[in-house]
Amino acid sequence: MSILLQQIVNGLVQGSVYALVALGYTMVYGILGLINFAHGEVVMVGAMVALMVVQLLITSALAPVLVLLIALLVAAMACMALGYGIERIAYRPLRNAPRLAPLITAIGMSIVLQNLAMMIWGREYHPFPALLPHSPHLLFGAIINDVQIIIVLVALAVMAGLLLLVHRTRLGRAMRAVAENPGAAMLMGVDVNRVISATFMLGSALAAVAGIMVSVNYGIVHYYMGFMLGLKAFTAAVLGGIGNLRGAMLGGLLLGLIESLGAGYIGDLSGGIFGSNYQDVFAFFVLIAVLVFRPSGLLGERVAERA
Amino acid sequence: MSQLLEVRGLKVAYGGIKAVKGIDFDIAAGELVALIGSNGAGKTTTLKALAGLLHPTAGRLHYDGKSLHSVAAHQRVYRGMALVPEGRGIFARLSVEENLQMGAYCRNDKAEIDQDMQRIYQLFPRLAERRMQLAGTLSGGEQQMVAMGRAMMSRPKLLMLDEPSMGLAPMMVEKIFETIRDISAQGVAILLVEQNARLALEVAQRGYVLEGGVVGLSDSAANLLGSDDVRRAYLGA
Repeated sequence: MSILLQQIVNGLVQGSVYALVALGYTMVYGILGLINFAHGEVVMVGAMVALMVVQLLITSALAPVLVLLIALLVAAMACMALGYGIERIAYRPLRNAPRLAPLITAIGMSIVLQNLAMMIWGREYHPFPALLPHSPHLLFGAIINDVQIIIVLVALAVMAGLLLLVHRTRLGRAMRAVAENPGAAMLMGVDVNRVISATFMLGSALAAVAGIMVSVNYGIVHYYMGFMLGLKAFTAAVLGGIGNLRGAMLGGLLLGLIESLGAGYIGDLSGGIFGSNYQDVFAFFVLIAVLVFRPSGLLGERVAERA
Repeated sequence: MSQLLEVRGLKVAYGGIKAVKGIDFDIAAGELVALIGSNGAGKTTTLKALAGLLHPTAGRLHYDGKSLHSVAAHQRVYRGMALVPEGRGIFARLSVEENLQMGAYCRNDKAEIDQDMQRIYQLFPRLAERRMQLAGTLSGGEQQMVAMGRAMMSRPKLLMLDEPSMGLAPMMVEKIFETIRDISAQGVAILLVEQNARLALEVAQRGYVLEGGVVGLSDSAANLLGSDDVRRAYLGA
């Protein structure tokens, strides 16, 4: 019983991170029909920038929580600039190109960013200082620590904020209008390029938050950390129905749970042949299953449109 | 009379095909002008060039005293030009109300936007009933109402309508044309593109007949309605 609960807790924490990253994939897909495979690298850059800020400020007299908040702010701004730059340099020139071209460019961008990060920050694993209390709490027999509680709460708050922005503000309405019909949005006076830039920046800010969550939770930062996380978040976005915000949230949380429960029980189920190191297999098994049985994802149903 | 819109020598090519081959026309402030012609005559292409969705290969567009050259499509809305495109271009996944709010995207006078929205709802009570419904679930006629209401929300000086009667039931066509008359009576200049030439010429003051990308005829709407050439070619009589 407590193993089950423990795996659920772990799954929700990991799923919160997936959800934040998946939102970035899904927002860009919704507005451009493009899968921004460089998005995982934005998460990594967010973590790296945050680490630099923390290293700079950790010897100061500032409270650790304040240091982390400043790091978050700087990382978010750096990621927004990066997201803006990626779109301008890699995707905007290909706006009207066949779909395969921006997809290949996205993969190229991902490799470029990884290698740049390796050149700047090196190949080694960097420890991320513990700035938040890790004290454990007992929750119905499962253990959850402060950092994990904060991760889940922050993720929920950020997601609620995003939904409010998209559904209740002028910018959000413009984003949905551009996603559906950029030509008609232009006829309303919407500067489509600016809305697309804003979308990339928003998704990148979420990526920065996710990057810091991962760093704080595991205490380790690495130039390659965005790659697998990006692929899994992409899987989560597809699971929920790519292009659908609530789908990305649901898909992220579900994927976190599936992975965690799968890793927790695979040993028993396979009679000890497979261990929890097969955890990553679950995500991609889910991806294949969704693509085969429900390509539109869980919430990816389209509204009936009459002519 | 000072012209709101002056078009001189407009040429537009569409992927190598010359759709509009040098046309001239004018619209005065508050005037209702019909642009008629058969399929492929270049009517929609002309409207798209006016709205900034297509770039002319040659010619001069003068609007409200200034050239439209290098004014992007989204900026033309701020200058008072609104296009209801062919096929309406409504946002199916936005509610009726959100569609109308998108129409007022270029404005920030919230109190007056709310007033205008109430006026649209009075004009189209059907839309008031369906404010919170997704626009994609409406009937074709209701969607045309959304599209026209949305365009009016920008408070245009020049409203361009591309085939507003297309695919609508006769009752709905009547309602839409009644609305066109109303809008015109408020002093908004209208450029009406229609396949249904008779309907268009009945509401318009003047008309231009496009044939193969050039202006074949231009006259008062009444004269065009009475012209044998127009009757034979476009009015089916």
